[in-house]
Amino acid sequence: MLQEAWTSWLWPLLLMVLQSALVLVLLLVFIAFYLLADRKIWAAVQLRRGPNVVGPFGLFQSFADLLKFVLKEPVIPSGANKGVFLLAPLVTAVLALAAWAVIPFQEGWVIADINVGVLYIFAISSLGVYGIIMGGWSSNSKYPFLGALRSAAQMVSYEVSLGFVIISVLLIVGSLNLSDIVRAQDTPYGALGWYWLPLFPMFVIFFISALAETNRPPFDLPEAESELVAGFAVEYSSTPYLLFMLGEYVAIMGMCSLTAILFMGGWLSPIPFAPFTWVPGVIWFLLKVSLVFFMIAMVKAFVPRYRYDQLMRLGWKVFLPISLAMVVITAAVLHFTGWGA
Amino acid sequence: MTLASAFFYLFAGIAVASAFMVIAAKNPVHSVLYLILAFFNAAGLFLLLGAEFLAMILVVVYVGAVAVLFLFVVMMLDVDFAELREGFLQYLPIGGLVGIIVLVELVLVVGSWAVAPSAPQAIAERTPTDITNAEALGRVLYTDYLLFFQLSGLILLVAMIGAIVLTLRHKEGVKRQNIAAQVARTKAAGLSLHDVKPGQGL
Repeated sequence: MLQEAWTSWLWPLLLMVLQSALVLVLLLVFIAFYLLADRKIWAAVQLRRGPNVVGPFGLFQSFADLLKFVLKEPVIPSGANKGVFLLAPLVTAVLALAAWAVIPFQEGWVIADINVGVLYIFAISSLGVYGIIMGGWSSNSKYPFLGALRSAAQMVSYEVSLGFVIISVLLIVGSLNLSDIVRAQDTPYGALGWYWLPLFPMFVIFFISALAETNRPPFDLPEAESELVAGFAVEYSSTPYLLFMLGEYVAIMGMCSLTAILFMGGWLSPIPFAPFTWVPGVIWFLLKVSLVFFMIAMVKAFVPRYRYDQLMRLGWKVFLPISLAMVVITAAVLHFTGWGA
Repeated sequence: MTLASAFFYLFAGIAVASAFMVIAAKNPVHSVLYLILAFFNAAGLFLLLGAEFLAMILVVVYVGAVAVLFLFVVMMLDVDFAELREGFLQYLPIGGLVGIIVLVELVLVVGSWAVAPSAPQAIAERTPTDITNAEALGRVLYTDYLLFFQLSGLILLVAMIGAIVLTLRHKEGVKRQNIAAQVARTKAAGLSLHDVKPGQGL
């Protein structure tokens, strides 16, 4: 009886918990260094040095920040809606981390290899807005509330074009499984066979929409420090703020890896012959994620923030028609040439 | 007790409890948040049934879009609930009557529910494992129910255009940015050089 329970579900459950813990720990360590890289790149563009005091080249800066956030006193405003106020950062962080359950790091290296992987990520990222709305509303203060309203409108707007981009990739692949999407890009042409080339306009739209979806500059209107102080995060301090920031960076990394999977061949080697194919796929995956992250960091460094009406115009009047047209064009090309099927 | 049934009771219990809290919560924003929790657990129940595509669509559409708009509207309303509760006993008879009528109608609808003759056979058949959820749904939607599918899409499109037409108002005297005009501006059109003689002015 016990033996049967062990083999039928207890052991798989334990294995899944262990895998999730491993991914969680590695992800958080990588996030710490990506956060530092973000600040270093930003500093380099502005001819500054960036964080360089803690550890060699400032490598341990993120860990020092972590300790500072955790050891500080959390301040909860007396007018705040306490339960929702504390729930909001948790929602942000947990949802951002949950998306990693379906990301394939290499052939077979995925916690949950489900058939609706893309939809799962899309669903989880569309929930990210709740953390910000809840935080902004429960703070019971003007700037956070304005930040929350902005972010709700922004994330809902860009989700639409993001969805159309994903649909056009899915049309070519014919599967919602993320590993299948990577396998479909495995052609003899290497990097030239990946979807960034045939779907280049969609690749650009996806990248920019991903910036807007994760509230990165130039679309960081929810926390625009020059007008809203820090937007939805004004009233947050110490660990709750840390969770917000962590959730934001985990979501950015999630979007980077989604870009790598949908358009840049996931774990595949860019040059499809001998010495390069010996490199483990997870290394290629990491390199691609780092490349996309570098682009995101550069955008932060040299693009000025959009005005709110320009942001809405870009989402609804530019990206939506283009991505809608591209879905139709992709479907038509696939239908009449017989590719993909 | 297997893992699946444990999760069923978990999702079902939370769904029922949060559905109750939607009407019991004092703060309307809390009500919406409980509603979202109920949606989420319904998606979990779909997952347990093997309807993974429906579960994800439920989360994307209801939780990710519809409930965001609910929350948006409810947050903006400044509702004083102590004031609303004042007339509770006064309106109880008529409210109760409406409630009873709706209940009777629901019972009548459920009582006269007709099941398609092919349904029991479809339920009895084994669920095919070789095609995915999305594929199976697509095959049914784009063959047997193509007309209904297209019609519902058309109705939604008309509703959307109607909502836009009702709310779109171009106010006079508001400065608007015309991006095409800005981009098309040339040096000749935007700049003129005047040679001002000293002591004369323009």
